[in-house]
Amino acid sequence: MSATAHAPGLAGDASRFYLKEEHHPQNGTLLGFWLYLMSDCLVFAVLFAMYGVVGHNYAAGPAPKDLFYLELVALNTAMLLFSSITYGFAMLEMARNRKRATLIWLAITGLFGLAFLGIELYEFHHLIHEGAGPQRSAFLSAFFTLVGTHGLHVSFGIVWLVVLMAQVRKHGLTVVNRRRLSCLSLFWHFLDVIWIGVFTYVYLMGVLR
Amino acid sequence: MSSANAHNHHEALVHGHDEHHDDGAAHGSFKSYMIGFLLSVVLTAIPFWLVMGEVLPSKLATTAIILAFALVQIVVHMVFFLHMNTSSEGGWNMLALIFTLVLVVITLAGSLWVMFHMNANMMPASVHEMRNLP
Repeated sequence: MSATAHAPGLAGDASRFYLKEEHHPQNGTLLGFWLYLMSDCLVFAVLFAMYGVVGHNYAAGPAPKDLFYLELVALNTAMLLFSSITYGFAMLEMARNRKRATLIWLAITGLFGLAFLGIELYEFHHLIHEGAGPQRSAFLSAFFTLVGTHGLHVSFGIVWLVVLMAQVRKHGLTVVNRRRLSCLSLFWHFLDVIWIGVFTYVYLMGVLR
Repeated sequence: MSSANAHNHHEALVHGHDEHHDDGAAHGSFKSYMIGFLLSVVLTAIPFWLVMGEVLPSKLATTAIILAFALVQIVVHMVFFLHMNTSSEGGWNMLALIFTLVLVVITLAGSLWVMFHMNANMMPASVHEMRNLP
């Protein structure tokens, strides 16, 4: 066991490290992906800062209170939360080596993700239709940039999810596919974390003021 | 490369069967995911309820409370969904996270602090506007 676990490049105490950590340290992919997520986090921090700075400048246009329907945001938040837990179930099935169940949970996750995107696009369409597009005021520019960037991340997450589903379908739950699914898991849950900031800072606090 | 993959694959299978319990601990279990999910639901529902129901008379208090709930929920997601702990990846995950959080706080607090003081100090015409901010 320790002979197969011993990979080149790991230190002498690799076997001990290995037993504690399972197959995480076999290569640096997950750590590298985590570092990417952290840099992505900085992108969102800058967008949040921008929204914080110019979010009060309505240019005599509509304010958050006039625009946001919290019922819709609550529904959106629920979609993303459900997609998080269903992705968790997919990861659990992956750990049990059940390909079919993994694929089913991944599909459900994708559907929740699509529902989230659909609601967000409906909201954007509604806002633009009301004349509250990104050109209307600094507040709306910042709003569309911040929320749109998050939505774009979710879109790419869904594309990634579909690609991985095809991979798993074709090649099964190989080590490579497991690693990819673990990366997407981090990405997906990370987007949920960003959304907590969005619904609190943009929507709830926007309606409050 | 392919032989290494075969090794790893074999290993994953062995882990999957023999050390299932450990595997669950490393990636979260059904129980931990459900705890995280239920906590998230509660931590999301209360802020929405506070704002939509206009429960508290003070907006400042409501703002403080929903911000606190958001912070707690972020920690819940980090622990139960992203499986953050001090030992994963030999601690480098946590180190990167802490460094990022420092940068995020500097970016957010610094931007708001600088920009709103610049408003007050450099654009007298907008002082009136600043006072009228809710």
